[in-house]
Amino acid sequence: MTARNPLTALDRPNSYIGRAVPRPNLTRLLQGRGQYVSDMTLPRMGHVAFVRSPYAHAKILGIDVAEAKAMPGVIAVVTGAELAKVCSPWVGVLSHLKGLKSAPQHAIAVDRACWQGEAVCAVIAETRAQAEDAAERIFVNYEELEPVTDMERALEPDAVVIHPELGDNLAFERNLDAGEVDKAIAEADAVVEADFLFGRHTGVTLEPRAIIADWNPGEGRLTVHQGTQAPHMMQNIIAKHLDLEEAQVRVVCHDVGGSFGIKVHVYADEMAVAALSKLLRRPVKFVADRIESFNTDIHARDHRCKGKIAVKSDGTITAFVIDDITAIGPYSMYPRTSAIEANQVVNLVGGQYTNMNYRARARVVFQNKNVTCQYRAVGHPIACSVTEGLVDLAARAIGMDPAAIRRKNLIPDDAYPTGSASGLKFEALSHHASLDKLLAMMNYDALRAEQAELRKKGIYRGIGLATFIEVTNPSAAFYGVGGARISSQDGVAVRLEATGRIVVQTSITEQGQGSEAITAQVTAHALGVPMERVRVILGDTDNTPYGGGTWASRAAGIGGEAAWQAGKALKANILAVAATILQSSADALDIVNGFVVDKGTDAERLPLEEVARIAYFRPDTLPPGFQSELMVVRHFVPRQYPFAFTNGIQASYLEVDPDTGFVTLLKHWCVEDCGTVINPQLVDEQIRGGIVQGIGPALYEHCRYDENGQLTNASMADYLVPMAAEMPDIEVAHVVSPTLESELGAKGAGEAGTAGAPAAVVNAVNDALAPFDVRITEIPMTPEVILRALGKV
Amino acid sequence: MTASVSITLKVNGETVSADVPPRMHLADFLRERLALTGTHIGCEHGVCGACSVRLNGEVVRGCLVLAVQADGAEVLTVEGLSDSGEIADLQEAFRNRNALQCGYCTPGMLLTAQELLAQGGVPDRETIREHMSGNYCRCTGYQAIVDAVETTAAARAAARG
Ligand code: FES
Ligand code: FES
Repeated sequence: MTARNPLTALDRPNSYIGRAVPRPNLTRLLQGRGQYVSDMTLPRMGHVAFVRSPYAHAKILGIDVAEAKAMPGVIAVVTGAELAKVCSPWVGVLSHLKGLKSAPQHAIAVDRACWQGEAVCAVIAETRAQAEDAAERIFVNYEELEPVTDMERALEPDAVVIHPELGDNLAFERNLDAGEVDKAIAEADAVVEADFLFGRHTGVTLEPRAIIADWNPGEGRLTVHQGTQAPHMMQNIIAKHLDLEEAQVRVVCHDVGGSFGIKVHVYADEMAVAALSKLLRRPVKFVADRIESFNTDIHARDHRCKGKIAVKSDGTITAFVIDDITAIGPYSMYPRTSAIEANQVVNLVGGQYTNMNYRARARVVFQNKNVTCQYRAVGHPIACSVTEGLVDLAARAIGMDPAAIRRKNLIPDDAYPTGSASGLKFEALSHHASLDKLLAMMNYDALRAEQAELRKKGIYRGIGLATFIEVTNPSAAFYGVGGARISSQDGVAVRLEATGRIVVQTSITEQGQGSEAITAQVTAHALGVPMERVRVILGDTDNTPYGGGTWASRAAGIGGEAAWQAGKALKANILAVAATILQSSADALDIVNGFVVDKGTDAERLPLEEVARIAYFRPDTLPPGFQSELMVVRHFVPRQYPFAFTNGIQASYLEVDPDTGFVTLLKHWCVEDCGTVINPQLVDEQIRGGIVQGIGPALYEHCRYDENGQLTNASMADYLVPMAAEMPDIEVAHVVSPTLESELGAKGAGEAGTAGAPAAVVNAVNDALAPFDVRITEIPMTPEVILRALGKV
Repeated sequence: MTASVSITLKVNGETVSADVPPRMHLADFLRERLALTGTHIGCEHGVCGACSVRLNGEVVRGCLVLAVQADGAEVLTVEGLSDSGEIADLQEAFRNRNALQCGYCTPGMLLTAQELLAQGGVPDRETIREHMSGNYCRCTGYQAIVDAVETTAAARAAARG
């Protein structure tokens, strides 16, 4: 019985891999009995409110805190300069992103605010309301400076340089030239160009960022309760900047109300909370309110990308060229940096196709807006939208069907292992199988016929296709090689309790994906015990193995494999004890349904609780020299490939009203290949949730700044997100190409939906509006954008 | 600061009395004074629905009602609905369908869905989507929630015969 072929094992008890078992932690959440950091209260806890800069760029000339200090309930008022004495600044660079530069960032701005919303002073009071009242009585004397807001203007020679010591506003540039682009363009039958615009948007986690830092001077330990995806990374960074040993910092991650990459970063105001706790020698809590979330949770995207595609009249794509520029706010985010997204765009464009002629430039620019950084699907939606937008334009130019041009150019399923023009390595992908499955699922030809029929009646429906590749299971190549202390491996400890129950400690974390469930499934399956007997502990640097956490679609593939290996190892150790007790050999025994059985006949010999009882309470009855080891730890990290690529294809079917510019989503499909599927329901729900998070920015979501760097829609009423009524039903199916790097064969699935959805929707809108000969390459495609393209406004 | 106001109300069947500042909203009162943290806060401006509670039989946004306005009222939160068993089937359907990921929207979703289900009949998917369209979920994409509500409606209709 191996995990590689779980279907053959499905009839056996405890065969959980591949099954849609419900998540054990849901009951608690369904009763409102979860514990999110925002729910927690500690004795003597103070609440922070931050005074935040109303300007995008301003010198802080002075801060008058006298009145605030006298307000009821106020414990302390702390300025940036005061906090800098206990918290050192940081610089968000990584050495493998050559040339990336940034400036030192403080927990609270010291003498200059660089974006609207940057914290300039903190008030700690007995209640949040009191802290907010006092914050209103803090008077900051600002000298407004000229803000740099437009990314292209930021690079002009006479632009204000945000950090003069850096010389200019260019944080990072990457150039790539592969194959023979100029020759390909010269020899092409059609060359099409387009400018793609991607608005800024953000994660809008339903629970805002929340942190409680609790410095206990008696223990010399700081316990940080934080909604984070990467507890060990946070432990390292908090220790480093508060001048503590790592062992003095414990990070505990409880239930997290949504994350999506938003909560994997080091936020200045959260570092301030840790420092304030140390300074005030008591617990300090901060929960961002919604306006603070919009102004300070990392934003993402904000790219302008010029794209070009060359194609032969038979549909062969012969070149891709992109010139991408993105603006990241005034600092590169720490420690993962804000250059990763642009770097990914360069890596990913055209990666699903056989074409090897590719030229790319990406520039990453400082500006006076909120910081941007890695958010779900980092770079993928941009790369996919540019690639798939260009492919559709090429198809239109040569009069070819969008499905046909993709079939012509996608890397053949038997070509693996292979690579891309940008140097990506692909172990095993299934573009053609996925395309065929998708077209069958959506009944492509019938849909095209329906579309043509309806068009005669003045109803404009569109079909949009988007193929994609997704980076998952990152190795050290992502961050470790660049000098960041972010673990690329994960660990799982499994033990048999005296009652026969199993406790699993894992370094991956849970924010709703189902990390806890898949860990329990894999371990129970490996051991041969009912899943109900397995309890999973995660999200606590004191109580789990050291590891990376949950981000970049790595938890199932990396943490899942560690759980599988740990489960197998514990099983071997249990059987060794049982063999001694039974005077049998471990090879002749197995574990099924919590019993040691005879291999082959499954005849029950001993329940696990009996093995445990003897091992723990009567080891005197075991042979001399025999030591039972009923707890094991295993780690896993991919070594052969830097990333386990997955692939997939999405399709959107929608209707556009050319009079109002309104888009009605009718249906969405996705076929994706994440290798072995541990829990089909959880994977499908990751895909669905991800798709809706991709549809959001395609149609609605946008952080709208004015030319002075003021965010004009920082409320849920003004920042639109997808709601139940507008979303379509989404059909999901899979092709399975396991990675051979692990026994389990699982790759990640958390970002596939978000990667491809915007491109599918944009292509569908353009398809719907084809009779009007317009093309829209800007998201969000608001009704106004659509009407403008149609020349109606 | 304005003086506190004394209020007495019934929360999940228990009578509670408290002195509250006039500006304190009901969701904060439930969370901070009664430690009923199942009522969540996502926006505090009446948009996301995470703070939904039942007030005198009607689902309201806890962040839009002041605690003083709930004086004399009967309030039910997700904790109360769970303990009474009123939504046990709906919770089970959510669990089986994985209609929650992070779970932060879930209490509000359950209250809102129960309001629709209490009207009887088997609403179609569009009606369910419309009814739930004041509740944000950033994780699920909504389909699983719609499925779970639909399943519960069908099961209840079948049980009614
Ligand atoms: S917190 Fe009340 S509606 Fe969002
Ligand atoms: S499950 Fe996370 S917001 Fe709905």
